[in-house]
Amino acid sequence: MPEPLLELREVKTHFPVRHGLIFQHEVGTVRAVDGVSLTVAPGEVVGLVGESGCGKSTLARTIMQLIPPTSGTVLLGGRNLTSGSAAEVRAARRELQMVFQDPYASLNPRLTVFDTLAEPMRVHGICPVEEIPSRVASLMERVGLAPRFVRKYPHEFSGGQRQRIAIARALALAPRIIVADEPVSALDVSIQAQILNLLAGLCRDMNLALVFIAHDLSVVKHISDRVAVMYLGRIVEFGAAVDIIERPAHPYTRALVSAIPVPDPERERSRQRIVLAGDPPSPLNPPPGCAFHPRCAHATDACRTAVPPLRPAGPGREAACVRLGEI
Amino acid sequence: MPLLTVADLRTSFHTRSGVYRAVDGVSFSVDRGETLGIVGESGSGKSVTCYSLMGLIPQPPGRIEGGSAVFDGIDLLKCTPAQARGLRGKRIAMIFQDPMTSLNPYARIADQLIEPLLIHERVTRREALLRAGEALEAVGINDAGRRMQLYPHEFSGGMRQRVMIAMALITRPELLIADEPTTALDVTVQAQILELIRQRQRELGMAVIFITHDLGVVAGLCDRVQVMYAGRIVETAPTRALFASPRHPYTRALQRSIPGLQRKGAALYSIEGLPPDLSRPLPGCPFAPRCEHATAGCASTPAVLRSATADHAHACGRVHAGEI
Repeated sequence: MPEPLLELREVKTHFPVRHGLIFQHEVGTVRAVDGVSLTVAPGEVVGLVGESGCGKSTLARTIMQLIPPTSGTVLLGGRNLTSGSAAEVRAARRELQMVFQDPYASLNPRLTVFDTLAEPMRVHGICPVEEIPSRVASLMERVGLAPRFVRKYPHEFSGGQRQRIAIARALALAPRIIVADEPVSALDVSIQAQILNLLAGLCRDMNLALVFIAHDLSVVKHISDRVAVMYLGRIVEFGAAVDIIERPAHPYTRALVSAIPVPDPERERSRQRIVLAGDPPSPLNPPPGCAFHPRCAHATDACRTAVPPLRPAGPGREAACVRLGEI
Repeated sequence: MPLLTVADLRTSFHTRSGVYRAVDGVSFSVDRGETLGIVGESGSGKSVTCYSLMGLIPQPPGRIEGGSAVFDGIDLLKCTPAQARGLRGKRIAMIFQDPMTSLNPYARIADQLIEPLLIHERVTRREALLRAGEALEAVGINDAGRRMQLYPHEFSGGMRQRVMIAMALITRPELLIADEPTTALDVTVQAQILELIRQRQRELGMAVIFITHDLGVVAGLCDRVQVMYAGRIVETAPTRALFASPRHPYTRALQRSIPGLQRKGAALYSIEGLPPDLSRPLPGCPFAPRCEHATAGCASTPAVLRSATADHAHACGRVHAGEI
């Protein structure tokens, strides 16, 4: 196991819920991320899956230090970002960049492609000013955009092209790791494939690590080396992508995999589906014990009392279920 | 005799930057009790087709340029407003992608649920509320009496979609148009809603037009599928036939782009380029610029939807000619 590039240790991000207009008082806490430990090796692609509200986007923002964690540490190349000064965090951003879901909202509509890509280079002073235009052009080529579009504004591009600009912006500082929060969810299938190929190619060619967040398991399986499944702020299963999706161990992962419609009428109509009842519980008031027990077909009394820790479930694989061997 | 027959529907949008032919000569029919899937990417005209039928196209800038849509003997595009009101929400119902923006945030669920009944049927408010309660139970919402008094924001996304389905089905329509009803939902909730639509369809025997971009959803739900591209139908076939032997290069490419069907690690098959600009004239096949089989003739010869077998039709001239 190589030295991890990114390491999360027991990261918790809680949001206080306040009531009252002038005399505010706390009425509860949303435990959006509640004790996540994770490592990402250089050049590795780690997929993070889960349903809305499971805390995957909050975790991404916590990694980026856009939201300070309530407790726990985020280490990048051995440096502690959570206790670092603002200047240290800024310096670390050079190695740690983010791509957002909605390329319509994440690009400044008043900046041309050139300004969008040149700004991070200027801010971090990574090269002499006169080299910027040639760097911008090579970045554009790297993400599959013709450099002649350099003076265009975001509204002149399609969704897929905008996502390419966003990826180029993340690459502008030659980072070692990119956190991509649902980068293809807003795109059509045919465009989605183009962007996935681009990301996979970048990781391969530049030894770039990627934290890839998505709710679409088939996309995650395709691009990731390892996958972490989140439910209500915690990782419930973790391991090699193919293992997790083809042989899920945790009951929640099984239900999640089973819920994906299979694009093959014969198989789709004959297979056994696990249809979960109800919605995910509120992170404001999580159920005691295993957060999944109210929807789990295998729940026993033991599941209702103690939060199950992650336990080994095969080589390089962990799952947080007390009944792992039995079900 | 089909329940709905659409012939040569053409809908365009007249904007300052030109005339966008969003739906350009679409013909299809739906039988009673049948489930038709309409598949396509954004801008392919799948939603505009259905909005045209329901009279939901804002005019201007939209304009229905021609065609007919005959539902049980009445042309939806030419009937009087009173006739249309008698059908919409009564015999034809529609559910939408985003249940938060399509429910009225200021009205209690109960009042929204009984509105179609009060308009279309001679019932007292009391009876209507009773039926609203049953309708909610039928879509799997327990404790309906109390829940009816809540507002939409007090429900989760999946529950709101259930409310919308209950509302659409309360008048026992013969045709339900579902415009991407599960796109905004999580997969586990999507599975619940699809199961619910299947179950209610069996119970009521209604026809369903299901609009989606997800071939997986179509595979499990629909009897027949039509694939749209650039405002036209490029292929239509029974679901099994379409998945087992897609004929049109666009359908094949779409199927090949699905990540789940491809070998891990290999580069994903992707359709290069972008869909065409619908404000420009497209004399030939709209897919020609992105098609790996296109010849010089493809971009100029009109691509007509023709039958290949009794129930399988597609619009690729080269496949019809047996060249690919």
